[in-house]
Amino acid sequence: MSEGKTFRLDGKVIAFQDGDTIMDAALRAGEYIPHLCHNPEFKPHGSCRVCVVNVNGRHIPACTLPAAENMDVDNNSRAISEQRVSLLQMLFVEGNHACPACEKSGACQLQAVAYYTGMLSPHFTHFFPRRAIDASHPEVIFYFNRCILCDLCVRASREVDKKNVFAISGRGINSRLVFNSGSGKLGDSELAVTDKAVSVCPVGALLPKQRGYQTPIGKRLYDNIPISIADDATNKHEHAKNDNSNE
Amino acid sequence: MGPQAATIHNIPVFYTFLAPLPSILLTMQAQNTHMNGHEFRNRPPPFNFRQILDNESGNIGSFELRYKLMKNLESFVSALASATGHGAERLLQYLCSLQFQYSYIPKAAIQLLADRLQIPAAEIKAVIDFYAFLHLEPRGEFDIYFSDNITDRMLGNRALCDQLCHALGVRPGGPRPDGRVSIDLSSCTGLSDQGPALLINGQVITRLNVERIQKIAELIDAGTPLKHWPEEYFVVKDNIQHYGILLGDEIIKGSAIEALLDKGAIAVLDNIERSGLRGRGGAGFKTAKKWRLCQMSKADAHYVVCNADEGEPGTFKDRVLLNRYADTMFEGMTVCAGITAAKQGYLYLRGEYRYLLEALEQTLEKRRHAKLLGKNILGRTGFDFDIEIHLGAGAYVCGEESALIESLEGKRGIPRNRPPFPVTHGFRNQPTVVNNVETFVAAAKIAVFGEDWFRSVGSEQSSGSKLLSVSGDCERPGIYEVPFGTSIQQVLDQCGASDTQAVQMSGAAGMTLSAREFKRKIAFEDVSTGGSFMIFNQQRDLLDMVQNFAHFFAHESCGFCTPCRVGSALMKNLVDKVIAGHATRYDLNEMQNIALVMQQASHCGLGASAPNPVLDTLKKFPDIYTKRLANRGYEPAFDLDAALEVSRQLTGRDDPAAHIQDEP
Repeated sequence: MSEGKTFRLDGKVIAFQDGDTIMDAALRAGEYIPHLCHNPEFKPHGSCRVCVVNVNGRHIPACTLPAAENMDVDNNSRAISEQRVSLLQMLFVEGNHACPACEKSGACQLQAVAYYTGMLSPHFTHFFPRRAIDASHPEVIFYFNRCILCDLCVRASREVDKKNVFAISGRGINSRLVFNSGSGKLGDSELAVTDKAVSVCPVGALLPKQRGYQTPIGKRLYDNIPISIADDATNKHEHAKNDNSNE
Repeated sequence: MGPQAATIHNIPVFYTFLAPLPSILLTMQAQNTHMNGHEFRNRPPPFNFRQILDNESGNIGSFELRYKLMKNLESFVSALASATGHGAERLLQYLCSLQFQYSYIPKAAIQLLADRLQIPAAEIKAVIDFYAFLHLEPRGEFDIYFSDNITDRMLGNRALCDQLCHALGVRPGGPRPDGRVSIDLSSCTGLSDQGPALLINGQVITRLNVERIQKIAELIDAGTPLKHWPEEYFVVKDNIQHYGILLGDEIIKGSAIEALLDKGAIAVLDNIERSGLRGRGGAGFKTAKKWRLCQMSKADAHYVVCNADEGEPGTFKDRVLLNRYADTMFEGMTVCAGITAAKQGYLYLRGEYRYLLEALEQTLEKRRHAKLLGKNILGRTGFDFDIEIHLGAGAYVCGEESALIESLEGKRGIPRNRPPFPVTHGFRNQPTVVNNVETFVAAAKIAVFGEDWFRSVGSEQSSGSKLLSVSGDCERPGIYEVPFGTSIQQVLDQCGASDTQAVQMSGAAGMTLSAREFKRKIAFEDVSTGGSFMIFNQQRDLLDMVQNFAHFFAHESCGFCTPCRVGSALMKNLVDKVIAGHATRYDLNEMQNIALVMQQASHCGLGASAPNPVLDTLKKFPDIYTKRLANRGYEPAFDLDAALEVSRQLTGRDDPAAHIQDEP
């Protein structure tokens, strides 16, 4: 260990291998850097910016930044924490995230990261978008108002399911997910409820139908374990498995 | 124009594909009188296509007509798609062609392209939805966009737009019910020196005024094809007000390539290095260093890309270079290719400059004939290089070099994660030089005249001259070539500006300079600029500028990262709140907090620089905000009484009890 390459994360020495990002090395060392669009099973995307850390005065996402010897990474300063809260608040007001009314509550990463960072309110003025739900699929439902555009379903459908069901369309605040089907409806796409794309959704946007409350509130993943501990690749995988085999 | 002239991705295809299908044209003419006399500048009316291709009930149009039009679309798509390899990469070019031909991208065309290019239809839709000039619904036969930069606003574009809408009975957003005309606004079209300006079917009309608008309305109502419109409408002046070494000292066509072949690549690269040439787009990266990094990257192929996506509001110097100095620009690209061993180059031309496309294609063709492009350039075995023009379709973010490369690959213009940088992993993941039009022009001349010529003007860190696009409140707007080191005040004096309140340097993403800063100098070490120079006199309300830019950034944000996607929209709403007189101190603080998050956490320069106009004016012109503040500590984001309007309409009530009055 002492001979390997290392960098410092909030003063702690973290070992890394060639090709690692800051996120890769931190997660392997059991150090948590809050993130939403990142999932260790997929190529980093770098869009949510929640994992932005300060390296030599520059704010860079930990998920895309290649680790380098002797880097000093600040993941916990007041400035970084406040910025993180602001970014989460932006995501909250962009969509309609009413946790008490959402069946993902307790298993939602947006909610869990918000708790972790100490976000107390959405703060900014809500956009209150009115986007219709797509319930055309017999086994999956899509809530556009809860989508945070993390691109994980796009990546999962392309890389794991080999179906290319999703794409992000539009521009700016009008960006939105679209489905690959003649009618544009999810029900006419090739999506199956068992697809990785469904289980990978970090929020309550893409949900399997007819099993909403099988795991009661209070017994869900982040109800009892903070995301900083629960969220490594293994747990996430088991979590997905549980969610899908609950029938 | 014969079928042999058909290049796969640009205008000629549109006209040639109609040739083998006269019967279809005849059928269409019988169906729709708008067709009569339409050819060069006018598309066939979209109305037929909309009805026949997208009518799901299928009760409009005979089966025969439907079949023929479907075949027509098929042959159009296959003419586009069968031309070369790298099919998926050409998607954006195909979509531009379809948009130009049909005034929208018919659903059937998306499916045809999806099958042929092996791209999911959803991804094609996502690309269409990304670019402002591509549409899923038909536009009018005359498709109009008023340029809506702040300089156009100052010249009264909104009133003229309203006048035209009123005269033609059309609302912004969609076409008139008969499909004759559609009118919308667009970001700056690069004609700030001769605005207000509009785009119409890819052409531009400048110097709009009440009489011109009235005449345009008549021409449209009469269905007069654009080619019969008065020629003077389409005149775009170069407006070069001051020449320096770059615009003044012309080189003989081919001489830079000859210099390269005589002196050798190493010597010319050294010339450029010693000249101190830095990128003219604004960032100021050393050109020789960029070329050297690209040259040293081992790879299967190298590429040279010229960034002619001049989207920064108020900039138009590349328009003039493309119009008058295209040969020198192509020559600079060829010299770069000789140095980096690139075989293929691309000119990425913004969609707003489509009207320059034909002339640029002709210039390229002449250069091929003169052996200045193609195989064995000027007889040098193995010196092969050619240039292709790719069109943009209305996306400011594509001026960012990695977004430009994505767009060049036919995708949405989302900036890439960097590193790696384009210079090692660019187009097709190969080493790529991306430079501004002005940089290539300068490089070609340095190859001929040497570094001393270039260093004869400018400062130590900023050698040479800079082209400024001067617009706004001055007597002589236009292009000013000034040596680096020139002060803001000197430029103001040159262009006849008096009583100046502020200068907006480098466009919406740049900096707002107040009078006390007019002594500052244009140079990389002081006021660095891409060339936009917009002047505001004392009578202007700078908040109008701030609002224009805030809306611009919200419209142009690519939507990839949270801080820019949401932050630019929040910022826009807050600026609107200030203008409406509802903002408080709290809102001004809020704007600064959002600005900080955008500056620090954004994925690319667009998000990081978007808050600049707000921050600069808050600091230097606080009065424009404070005089508009509401007198309360807190003002809600919505108007409670206005929110009851829907209920009042539903209940048919409008008595005092149906209103909520503010507490006195």
